[in-house]
Amino acid sequence: MSEPESGPPIARRVMLSMLGLGAAGIVAAPFVQNGWERVLGAVSQHDPTGLSGLLPNPGGFRYYSVAASVPRKTAADYRLEIGGLVERPGTYTLGELRALPQTRIVGEARCTDGWRVPDVPFAGVLLSDLLDAAGVRAGGRAVRFTCFDGVYTESLTLEQARRADVLIALDMLDEPLTHEHGGPVRLYVAPMYFYKSAKWLSGISVTDKVIPGYWEEYGYDVDGWLDQEA
Amino acid sequence: MTSTAGSTRRPEPLRRRFSRGERLVHRSAAALMLLCAGTAACLYFSPLAQLVGRRHLVVVVHEWSGLLLPAPVLLGLASRAFRADLRRLNRLAPYDGQWLRAVRKGAPGPRPAGKFNAGQKIYAGWIAGAVPLMTFTGLLMWFTGALPAISRASAIFVHDVTALAIAVVVFGHMRLAYRDPEARRGMRTGSVTTAWARKNHSRWAEEPGQRRTDSS
Repeated sequence: MSEPESGPPIARRVMLSMLGLGAAGIVAAPFVQNGWERVLGAVSQHDPTGLSGLLPNPGGFRYYSVAASVPRKTAADYRLEIGGLVERPGTYTLGELRALPQTRIVGEARCTDGWRVPDVPFAGVLLSDLLDAAGVRAGGRAVRFTCFDGVYTESLTLEQARRADVLIALDMLDEPLTHEHGGPVRLYVAPMYFYKSAKWLSGISVTDKVIPGYWEEYGYDVDGWLDQEA
Repeated sequence: MTSTAGSTRRPEPLRRRFSRGERLVHRSAAALMLLCAGTAACLYFSPLAQLVGRRHLVVVVHEWSGLLLPAPVLLGLASRAFRADLRRLNRLAPYDGQWLRAVRKGAPGPRPAGKFNAGQKIYAGWIAGAVPLMTFTGLLMWFTGALPAISRASAIFVHDVTALAIAVVVFGHMRLAYRDPEARRGMRTGSVTTAWARKNHSRWAEEPGQRRTDSS
């Protein structure tokens, strides 16, 4: 009995070619990725439509939220609470935070999902200044951060929190932080992956041990240092 | 003689194209593909991400719809009709060369094709290669460090570029279906009119021993 259609196995060849192309892509990725990112970065910087956000690895930021919706806060209703194992728990308004000495850090925003934005200026209050003002009590070992999206949390050891490159950021790209970027106030932990830099920060609590944050409960490293593979 | 429009028209003769099992394979693979691509869009595209949020839930749906995507095809291998169509899809017949040349030249008019035209054969092979590639790189992103030789960045790069290609190709697949209601009907009901088969799949229409079914 003869087959109704016969000839070379085209579908199998196309399938195997595609698999081979993928394997070649994995091998070539470390060499071509930078060029690809530069092209996409250039495109997205001259893109008023925002459609280049559809491209993989855009040179810009991506929006991540774990909550269904995030309330908007302004200078009128924003409050940052500091509590836990401190001598003087308290609350800061946005105006009070702006009145404190400001520090500007230019650093990288690098996500575990492969995108990164180099040389991003952040400015705000050093976390260590706020901790000193509140007075960490004996037994305080770590800091837990909560957010007004109602879901996200983060953590740092006290030692990490006192670093000179850990900021309660009020400005990003030399503009007040927008809602999409976690405004009016977010954390910026320059030496770590960007998931450590919690957006929409509303609470700082000193604890006696590290309480893993939102993504860390799903297996992310509690210490998200940049200089090691995620 | 006068005739009343519509009332005296004989039902068009129909021809069986896809079995129930094949249509089920297509429907479930299509649903999983839309779910997987839709959640991918909600992870990548900032305006959608702002609308949907719930990143962890979206990630879980994306991972599982992607992982299950090959399942309908693998289960379909139990069906004789599905296996027979896979054999047809695999073989590049001499008239498929004519079909491809006609497409390349943009020549109008009907082009020769068997049950599947050359474009459908290439599409089937391409997507059959692209999906395992996405599964493999996706698993490397999911289980970081499972293969230390491949960095997470490399896996993400291939996953992203292939995703973009799949978006373009699947969109083209849906656009062609949208423009041909009769082809969609074939996939929805399992039967097509013999006139459509003669025009679009002439070599298949000419095959002997095919059972005709009447429309009800």
